[in-house]
Amino acid sequence: MSAIAPERTGVATQAIEGSQTIRLAPNYWPFVVPALVVVGAVIVFPWAFTLWMSVNRWTLGQSRSFAGMENYLRLASDPRFWESLVHTLTYTSLSVAAPMFLGTVAALIFDARFPLRGLLRGVFVMPMMATPVAVALVWTMMFHPQLGVLNYLLSLVGIPAQEWIFNAKTVIPSLVAVETWQWTPLVMLIVLGGLASVPREPFESAEIDGANAWQQFRYLTLPMIAPFLMIALIIRTIDALKSFDIIFAMTQGGPGTASETINIYLYNTAFSYYDIGYGSAMAVVFFIVIVALSFILLMLRQRSQWIDAEGK
Amino acid sequence: MSSRLLNQIGLFFAALVIVSPAILFFLWMISLSLKFEIDNGAYPPILIPERFAWSNYVKVFEENNFLLYLWNSVLVTGTATLLALLIGVPAGYGIARLKAEKSAVVIMIARMTPGLSYLIPLFLLFQWIGILGTLWPQIIIHLVVTVPIVVWVMIGYFETTPMELEEAANIDGASSWQVFRLVALPIAKPGIVVAFILSVIFSWNNFVFGVVLASRETRTLPVAVYNMLSYEQVSWGPLAAAALVVTLPVLVLTMFAQKQIVAGLTAGAVKGG
Repeated sequence: MSAIAPERTGVATQAIEGSQTIRLAPNYWPFVVPALVVVGAVIVFPWAFTLWMSVNRWTLGQSRSFAGMENYLRLASDPRFWESLVHTLTYTSLSVAAPMFLGTVAALIFDARFPLRGLLRGVFVMPMMATPVAVALVWTMMFHPQLGVLNYLLSLVGIPAQEWIFNAKTVIPSLVAVETWQWTPLVMLIVLGGLASVPREPFESAEIDGANAWQQFRYLTLPMIAPFLMIALIIRTIDALKSFDIIFAMTQGGPGTASETINIYLYNTAFSYYDIGYGSAMAVVFFIVIVALSFILLMLRQRSQWIDAEGK
Repeated sequence: MSSRLLNQIGLFFAALVIVSPAILFFLWMISLSLKFEIDNGAYPPILIPERFAWSNYVKVFEENNFLLYLWNSVLVTGTATLLALLIGVPAGYGIARLKAEKSAVVIMIARMTPGLSYLIPLFLLFQWIGILGTLWPQIIIHLVVTVPIVVWVMIGYFETTPMELEEAANIDGASSWQVFRLVALPIAKPGIVVAFILSVIFSWNNFVFGVVLASRETRTLPVAVYNMLSYEQVSWGPLAAAALVVTLPVLVLTMFAQKQIVAGLTAGAVKGG
């Protein structure tokens, strides 16, 4: 198809027959091949290799031997793994709920017109673009029990000093606060995109019918932005499950193992203990957890779209 | 009229409240980076000190090899982004024209995969090839972040560009490559800018790959800052100054390219790593 002459003939035939069915088919595959090679090498190969490593007894610097399902069985009876799973799910549910609520509120505010709106929205987006490690470092200083500015602020309103990330009881909520601070803007942007696509007319007729602001939000806005909320929910869930930089830079999973999520335990197994066979099995199970949760949410999304379509 | 004005003022203050955690955080970051040790340890805390410690910034570059790490970051992010554009822009074009959007599922799954599960196999691979200790392992593994971003953004962009011009060029006898190079590519420039900016930001911010793959000479800035925090007992001023140096390029980029970033993120909602 790369030669010019046959294509010209094709045009001629098309013109003569006057039919739409004969089409020129330029070859688009050469455009895709280089990316396929790279994606194969850096994305698909690691997937396959991880699967293979997970069925081997393999600690770096020692000899490797086939282990079958041994690593997976070990995982099932590893209390530290189950504990890290609980930490991951706690961390994720909190770091999804808070940004979803605050992000939606922020989107409703930024959807309206008011002075300095563009500037304020720009500042609001900055946390999600800031380098997570740099952010974590400054938050660590702010959480400092004696010298940190947060305890000073608490003392102004009469709340006793907290130990934040240095106490096993408060470490996860403190980390969630940082995660929420950083990723609420992404939810806001997605929901704002949804609000921009909402038509005006239904609100005008609702106004005439005497619906108040809450009723308008509950029965008009909310159903119309539901698909966007679902997208934000899915993305936020995936990112919160995978969260690494903030936790690792601030606590390394501590104090003790109080904030050790699967991702942190996985890192320790593979790169502190060099147990790459076991680490790979953990990576596979972790991946399955993420895909399963995303899949459940995607199904919900399809349902919400279907209901949405019914409504119209 | 006056009720509309009141409404606007109310909205402005509501927005101010919801933006204040971001404003206060960055103000405090700047304040920490410009204070001497005595002022950073003061109670109650001081926001604006009497004397500014500009020397904190000098210390970061003089004592911690930061110029080298800055250069490493520029090389890794620059090369990984350019390579991603080189292969990702044509790929986005091909996928959009082949109507093979389903193949983007690979990209979605890649996005769900935790960065660490790429690290173990690729770490071994780099060890076998014997390129650990150079910047190449980091450049190659950053493609895991940059290629999906570029392909994702470009698929979305090429889907919306009109086909008529390309068909006309085709009929005039242009080859597929000529059509892409001379017709599709110039129209897609805004899309390429969005892909470039997002790719740069998420590659620059990446930490997990460097923390495993970087040696003393090949650290990128996020890794260098982390090492300052964990291994060297330095005072808060230089630490905060270092944190600001690392994130400043990204924040400046965010301010100048806000429109493109918002467009790219709401279209694809991609994030690397």
